[in-house]
Amino acid sequence: MGDQLMNWLIAVLQTILFVALAPLLAGWIKCCKCRLQNRKAPSIFQPYRDLIKLTHKQPVVSEQASWLFIKAPYIIFSATVLAATVVPLIAIDLPTSASADVIVMVGFFAFARFFLALAGLDIGTAFGGMGSSREMTISSLAEPAILMAIFTLTMTASTTNLSFAISHVLNEGLILRPSFVFALAALVLVAVAETGRIPVDNPATHLELTMIHEAMILEYSGRHLALIEWASQLKLMLYGVLIANIFLPWGIAETFGIQALGYGLLAIMGKLAVLAVILAIAETLVAKMRLFRVQEYLSFAYLLGLLGMLSHIILEASR
Amino acid sequence: MILVLAYGAVLLSFASGLLAMMMNQRQHILDLSRYWFKKFPSANERCQPFIADSLEEKQFPVLLRQTVFVLLGLSGVFAVLAGLSVLIGKVVVTDQLSLGLPWLPWHVRFDCLSGFFFLIVGIATTAVSLYGSGYVNSYDESQHPFAVLGLFTGLFVAGMLLVLLADDAFFFMIAWELMSVASYFLVAFQHENAANRRAAFIYLLMAEVGALAIILGFGVLASFADGFTFSALRESHLSTTWASIAFMLALLGFGMKAGIVPVHVWLPEAHPVAPSHISALMSGVMLKVALYGLIRFCFDLLGDVHWQWGVVLLILGTVSALGGILYAMMQTNLKRLLAYSSVENIGIIFMVLGLSMIFMANGHPQLAALGLLAALFHAFNHALFKNLLFLGAGIIHHQTHQLNIDMMGGLIKKMPKTSVLFLIGCMSISSLPLFNGFVSEWLAFQAALQVDVLDNGVLRSLIPVAAAALALTAALAAACFVKVFGLIFLGLPRSHHCEKAHEVQDTGMLAGSSLLAGLCFLFGIFPGLVISLINNVAGQLLGETLPNDAALGWLWLAPVSAKQASYAPPLVLIGAMIAGCVSFWYLRRDPATAIRTAETWDCGFGGLTHRMQYSSSAFTMPFRRIFAKVWIIDEQIDKDMQGAMNQDVAAVHYKLRIEDHSWPRLYHPIGHGVNKLAQVVGRIQTGNIRVYLGYSFATLLLLLWVIS
Repeated sequence: MGDQLMNWLIAVLQTILFVALAPLLAGWIKCCKCRLQNRKAPSIFQPYRDLIKLTHKQPVVSEQASWLFIKAPYIIFSATVLAATVVPLIAIDLPTSASADVIVMVGFFAFARFFLALAGLDIGTAFGGMGSSREMTISSLAEPAILMAIFTLTMTASTTNLSFAISHVLNEGLILRPSFVFALAALVLVAVAETGRIPVDNPATHLELTMIHEAMILEYSGRHLALIEWASQLKLMLYGVLIANIFLPWGIAETFGIQALGYGLLAIMGKLAVLAVILAIAETLVAKMRLFRVQEYLSFAYLLGLLGMLSHIILEASR
Repeated sequence: MILVLAYGAVLLSFASGLLAMMMNQRQHILDLSRYWFKKFPSANERCQPFIADSLEEKQFPVLLRQTVFVLLGLSGVFAVLAGLSVLIGKVVVTDQLSLGLPWLPWHVRFDCLSGFFFLIVGIATTAVSLYGSGYVNSYDESQHPFAVLGLFTGLFVAGMLLVLLADDAFFFMIAWELMSVASYFLVAFQHENAANRRAAFIYLLMAEVGALAIILGFGVLASFADGFTFSALRESHLSTTWASIAFMLALLGFGMKAGIVPVHVWLPEAHPVAPSHISALMSGVMLKVALYGLIRFCFDLLGDVHWQWGVVLLILGTVSALGGILYAMMQTNLKRLLAYSSVENIGIIFMVLGLSMIFMANGHPQLAALGLLAALFHAFNHALFKNLLFLGAGIIHHQTHQLNIDMMGGLIKKMPKTSVLFLIGCMSISSLPLFNGFVSEWLAFQAALQVDVLDNGVLRSLIPVAAAALALTAALAAACFVKVFGLIFLGLPRSHHCEKAHEVQDTGMLAGSSLLAGLCFLFGIFPGLVISLINNVAGQLLGETLPNDAALGWLWLAPVSAKQASYAPPLVLIGAMIAGCVSFWYLRRDPATAIRTAETWDCGFGGLTHRMQYSSSAFTMPFRRIFAKVWIIDEQIDKDMQGAMNQDVAAVHYKLRIEDHSWPRLYHPIGHGVNKLAQVVGRIQTGNIRVYLGYSFATLLLLLWVIS
């Protein structure tokens, strides 16, 4: 019983850590990007300051807004936090990862997106509708691709539980599987699209021709905006952790000692820092795509996922 | 006891139908009651004023309507009880009714599979009967008589229940036809519109062609058996070829009723024109009865399933699911949209059923049980949320006299209760976690991911692709229902009717919808309740249940093993509430940051109008562009020019027509073919009596020659 309690405690702590570290990652990416673009970088703690500033402001809500508009940020934030409980950050075998598997995690993202899109439609401005429409289009193409990539992994590990899948990869040791390479590529492409980064969406712009995510949240201010921003930072970090911990899980804690957990934390922070640098370089080198090229981009991701699946079935399955 | 409940359900629905016929017989009832009470003078004094009071001119229709729907509701409750008792008891009850032809008594069998579908019919009927009496109020009695509506509703429900009870091919077909024909009259209820008559005719035509295919399917089976009872059909041993022919016939027949692409075309025609509570029954329940027929035919009567059949189901299901949701997305008529979305959901069910068949044929009955479980659970869920959405559509139509979602908007403030109920329906159908639609989809994914056990390489690569198509379907469904909810309830009102709309007053209409919404949420959090019942169905039908019964507790859902996948919706709910409450409490504690309302930001131009919002066609434009080949799109933009040299644009007219490929590709050629054939046959009809006599003479000679 005591053990059980301890496990739950660690799981909750891990989730809090997840939520707390997300703005740091966003700050780090921004910092790297600025350096690469020869600009002076803000402090990597700037996102925290922004969030605190927003929570202290009085939110302005349109007269047209319904309850859905005001509640949606809380729902979006909670759904994203729930998704974070599923993904092992510093340790595996936590009880929260058994309460929901990776398909449920994708479901949580869908949940958050559903309300975000509805909130975009709530005020009745053209921008909101445009953002919702585009977001739903992109996500409906991205979801099969991400599931395809994930299915490749789960079929190799024969489990959809992320914790077990990661320990399977750990036990197998470093084997270069062609299916994993394809799945990794697919997952990276989808992660970029889903988190609204260049080349699919540009988080730093407010130009109506290009914006997707920003168009939906244009009407939000104050704490509502803070929650939505935080949720999207959390989502970015979630995808980063997913990629880092599934494909390169080494360093993650398998026991719950202080030392192991500490190493786990250091390992994931190191991995994320490297991933962030790669993302910053990519964003600096690549230009944003036209909206209707995104489908080609995402079908390419889907194709990679499919190739991964086929190579698993043809080359790797033990029959 | 169980059979008494089941018969009770059937009889009560008959009774409700017959009672509705009394609508125009007020005077006769009054006379009859006077005549009877004359014999009992003591009772006369006490009862006569009461009867005269309740049978008063104004009160009578209301009372009768309520009684009819109470009877229908009781029938639903009885059906639920019958279904539950057989599912919990895991029993099989058989009986013989001395109805029908003397040498062909009707055989009745009530097992877990029938019981489960009884449960579906029962829940839906109960909800509809709560809803119905308020809804039918809006019909003008002289034009749309309640007697017709009530009678055929009763017969329709009774027909569906009898199909589930039938244990011989004759009885099955009689009940099937009762169901089809009664629902034809319901579709044709508002027959003053030519479009409605056409829709009803298409429905009847397809229902009858489907019935023919089913009869032929039974015929193939019966030719290898002695007799038409299901127990005799079960004993028959068919060669693979004949079994496949029987399967294809059954698939055509039941698929036509269920609405599989490409034989789905009656659905989007018939559902929008029927009264909403009838569309709810047809879409939520009747399609499931067709599904029952297919499951009964393939898994029970044919016995040994072949994996090729599974592949056929899988492919047809995938096409239907994707096609259904893509067509649904383009619709602007709410009920038409929901009808196409039924095609999608039936597609998902067929897909999973195909998986189950493939596993069964390859000797993995436990995984087949998982597939069957996912299929049946999705059927159950679809019955709940599609009923809910149709009832919601009915409320919206009742209050705004509109079904075009491009003319709605802003109803969330006008109709707060309806909007919450509708939102729950939208969230369930978009398969979001915490709601029931997600659980069945999750189970379907789990079944598809077990593909590694199969030996056949083609199957092993086909099934994951189907799973990815399922993921695409789910994502598109979410997009579609964001559009539906967003355009109907959010934003600014797009028409005068919507601006003046208000919440529905009738508590029954809200109660019926709330019942379904509550169940959607309940079974999203505690799916184990239903799954353990379905497990008994799988046990009886496939002889195998899910591996670990203990893992199917109320808290955890672990269909294969805890190590492979698990989902604990109650824990997720608790987690969501904690996260939501903490953030809510933390951020709201400072009174200085109270919400301030202001005008919507209009970029400084002023005067935002409802015309500036995204419309249905605007919302779906990216999809139209990406999946352009799926529809026949006819898009026209005309500009009215004015001013010097006609250079200024005065007005822009935008026309968009989107059509189904199946009409020009499949049905019009068939129609042309039939016409051509008729012309050819018509040539021998000269209209000249001498020629006809010649024909008779020639026929006579031919027959004589044949005999001799």
